[in-house]
Amino acid sequence: MHASANMTERAALSKAPRAFLHRLRSGDEIAHIITLMFAALVVGITALLVYQLWIQSVLSRQKFGWIFFVTHVWDPLAGQFGALPFLYGTLVTSAIALILAVPLGLGTAIFLSEFSTPRASDIFAFLVDLLAAVPSVIFGLLGIFVMVPWLRTTVEPALQSTLGFLPLFQGPMYGVGFLAAGLILAVMVVPFIVSVSREVLIAVPREQREAALALGATRWEAIWKAVVPFAKTGIIGSVFLALARALGETMAVTMVIGNDPRISASLFAPGYSIAAVIANEFTEATGNLYLSALVELGLVLFMLTFVLNGLARLLVLTTRQRGAGHQ
Amino acid sequence: MSSVSPMRSVNGMDSADKQSNQAARSPQKFSLPPDRAAYPGQTLRFKISELRVSFGAKEVLHGFDIDISSNIVTAVIGPSGCGKSTFLRSLNRMTETVRHARVHGDILLDDENIAGMDVVRLRRRVGMVFQRPNPFPKSIFENVAYGLRINGHKDSLSEAVERSLRRAALWEEVKDQLHSSAYALSGGQQQRLCIARALAVDPEVLLLDEPCSALDPVTTAKIEELLFQLKASCTIVIVTHNMQQAARASDFTAFLLEGRLIEYQPTPKLFTTPSDPRTEAYITGRFG
Repeated sequence: MHASANMTERAALSKAPRAFLHRLRSGDEIAHIITLMFAALVVGITALLVYQLWIQSVLSRQKFGWIFFVTHVWDPLAGQFGALPFLYGTLVTSAIALILAVPLGLGTAIFLSEFSTPRASDIFAFLVDLLAAVPSVIFGLLGIFVMVPWLRTTVEPALQSTLGFLPLFQGPMYGVGFLAAGLILAVMVVPFIVSVSREVLIAVPREQREAALALGATRWEAIWKAVVPFAKTGIIGSVFLALARALGETMAVTMVIGNDPRISASLFAPGYSIAAVIANEFTEATGNLYLSALVELGLVLFMLTFVLNGLARLLVLTTRQRGAGHQ
Repeated sequence: MSSVSPMRSVNGMDSADKQSNQAARSPQKFSLPPDRAAYPGQTLRFKISELRVSFGAKEVLHGFDIDISSNIVTAVIGPSGCGKSTFLRSLNRMTETVRHARVHGDILLDDENIAGMDVVRLRRRVGMVFQRPNPFPKSIFENVAYGLRINGHKDSLSEAVERSLRRAALWEEVKDQLHSSAYALSGGQQQRLCIARALAVDPEVLLLDEPCSALDPVTTAKIEELLFQLKASCTIVIVTHNMQQAARASDFTAFLLEGRLIEYQPTPKLFTTPSDPRTEAYITGRFG
């Protein structure tokens, strides 16, 4: 038994390299190795990024611990660093952006995929993709010179006189602030939602539309109750792509948010975001603790993106199951 | 009756033959099932005259008359591209979902021209089942309830769903998993689910566009059995590529070729003693 097992093993061994060489010649193994290396490199870069953020932020992490997340004092001179105002600013501006951009983007995508002619739809989609390619500093300039004055003189007074009973729309109106940043982010992320959602909606099989229409659905009922639900997973994906962009956007936000590490209920008030504070203060960070705190903010932003992406996956998973299981 | 005989448009026959054929059959012989008296309880459901359908510059149906009776199964056969699906889709104006589609001629449903009807109402009266099973990505229950919901029914949904699933002979197989995904069903079950979904809104006419082309023979037999039961309560028009299926499951058969109605007869007659040589050529498998 043993002997024969050894024999076959040895036979297999002597055969294996030859098979490998043969396949090497045909390119399979080379392709395998090279693509594996590329894939490993991507994972490696991500891991290195986290590792560096972790190492570089050690001073700040040791000094403040979990307190870092809940204190709102950011005083470099006194050596006091708290992440809360930045976390708040990032989340609030991203939320404003999504609240404005999702209906706008989804509506546009539905129009382009369902109502407009295919030719017009393609041309419009091309223009929308161009919008996505505009550098964010351009959006920032537009924000400063066009949007902020308009907000200060027109939009914010109007909001205050109509919805002023809400704390969101109270207080002095500066123009720059959470609302300005959220609005500029909305403009910047709309192309992502339109572009991806349009593709997903167009890809919905004809049979789904026809099934609804043949049951006596109106065109809108067929779209809203058959086509959109079918494309739901992809649409959610586009929204989270937009959210990821909004969370990390630096330049345009820092130009219009006011750059003031404060937490206010009013959307008119100036604030600050994580990405903006890192970009602004990195060059002038004096002292290791200051620098370390900024790096820790970077780590927080990374984790925030990570957690939200995880939630997105979870949402997609549960809606898929609910679509399958709920009545 | 239209004065235009479908035979007029026949080509590829010598004129003597054409003449004798025309003499032998009155124009309405092809448009009206001749043996209607043999099927009591029927009324005329669709009266179609000079039906022409074109997509852009391409005319797919070249103008013919055909009448369809209630409470029987009418099969439409013909080789690929003969226009049989287009014919079916013109009956509930699904042709309109295609850009550049134009329909000429009159289609009367119970003496009312469907061109003037509200399309949503028309489609609630004339249900449709498609070639490939196309359930919504929802639960079995929600699939059947879809048509009821968009029609504003809110109460007794579960009874209506159960009734439709029973009519589609699917209830026994799915009654314990009504709230699981429709995609978990087999292809044949999905197709019966689509039939149940169409039946839920209680249509007077059920159009089926090659409903078994993606199914295995056992499931096909089940669906044919189902059609037999359903014709008591509605008018059924089925397009099929499968001649055996037409022979087994239908009462009348229409043979289309290149956008023209070649022959329209009681099914046994069409398959045993077809009067047109092209019908014979087709059913004996010489083309198509």
